[in-house]
Amino acid sequence: MSPILRVADLRVSFATDEGVVHAVDGVSFDVNPGEVVAIVGESGCGKSVTAQTLIGLTRSPNATISGTAIFGGRDLIDLSDDELRTVRGAHIAMVFQDPMTSLNPVYRVGDQIAEMIRAHREVSKREALTRAVELLHSVGIPNPERRARDYPHEFSGGMRQRVMIAMALALEPELLIADEPTTALDVTIQAQILNLLRTLNREKNTSVVLITHDLGVVAELADKVVVMYAGQVVEQASLDELFYQPQHPYTWGLLGSIPRPDEIRPDRLPQIPGQPPSLRNPPTGCRFAARCEYVFADCVQPPPLRSGSGIGHLDRCWLSADAKAGRR
Amino acid sequence: MSAAPLLEVTDLVKHFAIKSGVLIDREVGRVRAVDGVSLTLHEGETLGLVGESGCGKSTLARAILQLIAPTSGSVRFDGHELVGLSQRELRPLRRQMQMIFQDPFASLNPRKRIGQIIGDPMRLHGVADGAQLKRRVQELLDRVGLQAEHYNRYPHEFSGGQRQRIGIARALGTQPKLIIADEPVSALDVSVQAQIINLLEDLQREFGMAYLFVAHDLGVVRHVSDRVAVMYLGKLVEQADSDTLYARPRHPYTHALLSAVPIPDPRKNAARERITLEGDVPSPIDPPPGCHFHTRCASATDICRHDEPALVTDDCGHATACHHPL
Amino acid sequence: MARFAVRRLAGMIAVLFAISVIVFLIFNVIPNSDPAARIAGKNANPALIARVRADLGLDQSLPVQYLTMMKQIFTGQLTSYASDQNVLQHIISGLPVTLSLCVGAALLWMVLAIWFGYLSAVHPGSFTDRSLTVLSLVGISLPVFWLAAILLYYFSFKVQVFPTGSYVPFTEDPLQWLYHLILPWITLAVLYVGFYSRVLRSNMLDVMNEDYVRTARAKGISERQVRLRHVLRNSMIPIVTLFGLDFGAVVGGGTILTETVFNLNGVGLYAGQAIGKLDLPPLMAVTMFGAFFIVLFNTIVDILYAFLDPRIRLGEEAPA
Repeated sequence: MSPILRVADLRVSFATDEGVVHAVDGVSFDVNPGEVVAIVGESGCGKSVTAQTLIGLTRSPNATISGTAIFGGRDLIDLSDDELRTVRGAHIAMVFQDPMTSLNPVYRVGDQIAEMIRAHREVSKREALTRAVELLHSVGIPNPERRARDYPHEFSGGMRQRVMIAMALALEPELLIADEPTTALDVTIQAQILNLLRTLNREKNTSVVLITHDLGVVAELADKVVVMYAGQVVEQASLDELFYQPQHPYTWGLLGSIPRPDEIRPDRLPQIPGQPPSLRNPPTGCRFAARCEYVFADCVQPPPLRSGSGIGHLDRCWLSADAKAGRR
Repeated sequence: MSAAPLLEVTDLVKHFAIKSGVLIDREVGRVRAVDGVSLTLHEGETLGLVGESGCGKSTLARAILQLIAPTSGSVRFDGHELVGLSQRELRPLRRQMQMIFQDPFASLNPRKRIGQIIGDPMRLHGVADGAQLKRRVQELLDRVGLQAEHYNRYPHEFSGGQRQRIGIARALGTQPKLIIADEPVSALDVSVQAQIINLLEDLQREFGMAYLFVAHDLGVVRHVSDRVAVMYLGKLVEQADSDTLYARPRHPYTHALLSAVPIPDPRKNAARERITLEGDVPSPIDPPPGCHFHTRCASATDICRHDEPALVTDDCGHATACHHPL
Repeated sequence: MARFAVRRLAGMIAVLFAISVIVFLIFNVIPNSDPAARIAGKNANPALIARVRADLGLDQSLPVQYLTMMKQIFTGQLTSYASDQNVLQHIISGLPVTLSLCVGAALLWMVLAIWFGYLSAVHPGSFTDRSLTVLSLVGISLPVFWLAAILLYYFSFKVQVFPTGSYVPFTEDPLQWLYHLILPWITLAVLYVGFYSRVLRSNMLDVMNEDYVRTARAKGISERQVRLRHVLRNSMIPIVTLFGLDFGAVVGGGTILTETVFNLNGVGLYAGQAIGKLDLPPLMAVTMFGAFFIVLFNTIVDILYAFLDPRIRLGEEAPA
């Protein structure tokens, strides 16, 4: 089965007053039908920019975008604004981080969902509203007929996120991009939303690109994981392989520095020293070298993303396979 | 550890009145933010306080420090009763209690240089002045991992993690015995979180202050705390030492909370028994009668709907407020 | 709703009372304002002045004078010191003029301001935006009376396109009514167009960065729909509030200069004349009329606000 989304060498840079920021610097990954791909990284690594670029939300006069993103036989990067608009919502839908601010406060929730439906389908307002009520029901909102007439501020955070998900799925898109969908939510509500996403992925075979910084969420939902650092992909692997046979020092550092609620605490949390590099003047060699415990002579050359152990397991590190196996 | 606790909070209550009325405002309801909380903290100890949004943990932290006046209850700090003291009487005591805030972007005055931000508490309390003050500030900058030369910079010139270090340096200046940290690492990236957590622990080892560590991230809380207390809708539902609470929680809410946290370990995650709580947290304006948690509890029975369970402590110091502890 | 209405009514009564007292006191403090002396004439002797004073009731104590005047206002009996005309009648006859001027100018300024503001916001930094910015600043800076005089001079006198002023009632001849009001409308609108288009531009630029606009784009609706239904709609809320307040202030006394230059005998002109003659009754009545209108419009704006922004409930503060 061929992938429904093929991103190859995506590059996005923004011209700012202080220079050009290379937010995304050569990102490639595939999404297969029905798969959940998690893009993990910390703030500034370029994961959100990658996701938003796929549906053209980063297009602006000061942005330079290159590379390809093949979806449904067409290159999303190349599509005109009008063509891209037919893709947005109907084929690729997006759910954002903060449900408090992601819904327009002055329109009723049912109307906002109906607006999306009517942008892509020739249906009457009444039909669209009926569908909206069905959607609210399918994401577990009680009393959907009544709630569709409510305004966003009358919902709690978790309910609002369900509304966003309902809206995103209105036209049964092939791909759902979820940008930090549970970061702003409480832990128990997060569990409900993750359950919902998993159910929707399994029942409707909707592929999901999940952007997050939380490795716990990744472990919960993902089939494949892409780790980003300083605008680049530094490791890509299946879920199991990433957690149990990570190959990149950044991934080791990340996994090690998370305090876990299920383990007896170590005396000191292993930490990654320093900070991520500036994206205005990225280092010429390996971008993680300055913070890496295992840095050696080769690291002044930028390492390519290539396969080491495992099928489909790629990493961007000069260390030999033996060295990686031994040092984790 | 001395026998007498450094901080002793007894039945602390903070209600916010909701006023409404046609011409004159009358109280029509109350937000029961903190509804009778008791806890103790010894010198050099770290007590973690967890709960979800709306449980009242931030309000509790502020009420303990008298940043907001409690509605009733008692707070004994270092032998002194704090509730009811005037601002002037509280002043000398404030040297010993400091706070670190959550948002590193909002808690530093953008118009002041960081040397001034860190030095002001010391100057106001008469700890140091002039050249000596500057030296002390530079020592603190060094101690928290920043450079002494950055004395004259403004907050916006620093990253989130660095700003949080500035906040910590500010809290340390007066050498307090108690530091209340209100979600100090929630707004930070994972790798920076680890740095700040390690820093806080190092400082505790060196200076011996006690921490009240308020957070919603259960992993972080487990790591830093000696004991952990769990809050729900303004009340403490469980309290125990760290390892015991996480390994053998007794309150259904604690159990649900722990089970809801995804563990960064796919096999373990999948193998766990997961409990998903239905619905939303009830409003603190009109909490459910009896046990506040009964509306979402799988083990709720009749008595839970009428009788509020008291916080009962067993011999090992494990306290639970539940009619049917697990 | 009841709570809101009662509070507003109580507020209005309080405001009107306070204003009436303040105007009354100020008037009695101004030197040279003894109406009796002026009415009696230049060559009046003290006896005549004393008789005039008794006639007008000015020999009573201040509180009594105040109460008498208030009673006169509420029973429609108030007469001007200077001209012996009934003040209320005069105001009522001037109302159509003032309202024609204000409503027309308001319509004009709102239409232009929204159009200019929208254009500026949608193409920020472009030539259009920059020229509109300059125009706005010029508009805000021009003094009303100067602009009125200049317009009159060029368009009435030199190039005789528009009439020199005065008012033609709508019922008499609608076209002439319009014709006579065009220059006054432009005069009054210029200031506000500048101000409102700047405010709208700034609001729209802020709203465009909001998360819900990003969501709207992600839904795939057309850019024009995003701009109108999401950006403009939300940007208009503060504009509506401002408009209500400004309109109230304009009706309540902001037309004095315009009416004077164009010789439109509305309430503003009447107020101007009363100030010149230091004639207290019309002044008091016009001021209270102005205050009433401002409070009324404040209230209307608050009610409207609750319709426009569902997060607002009347009588309570807006959420952060």
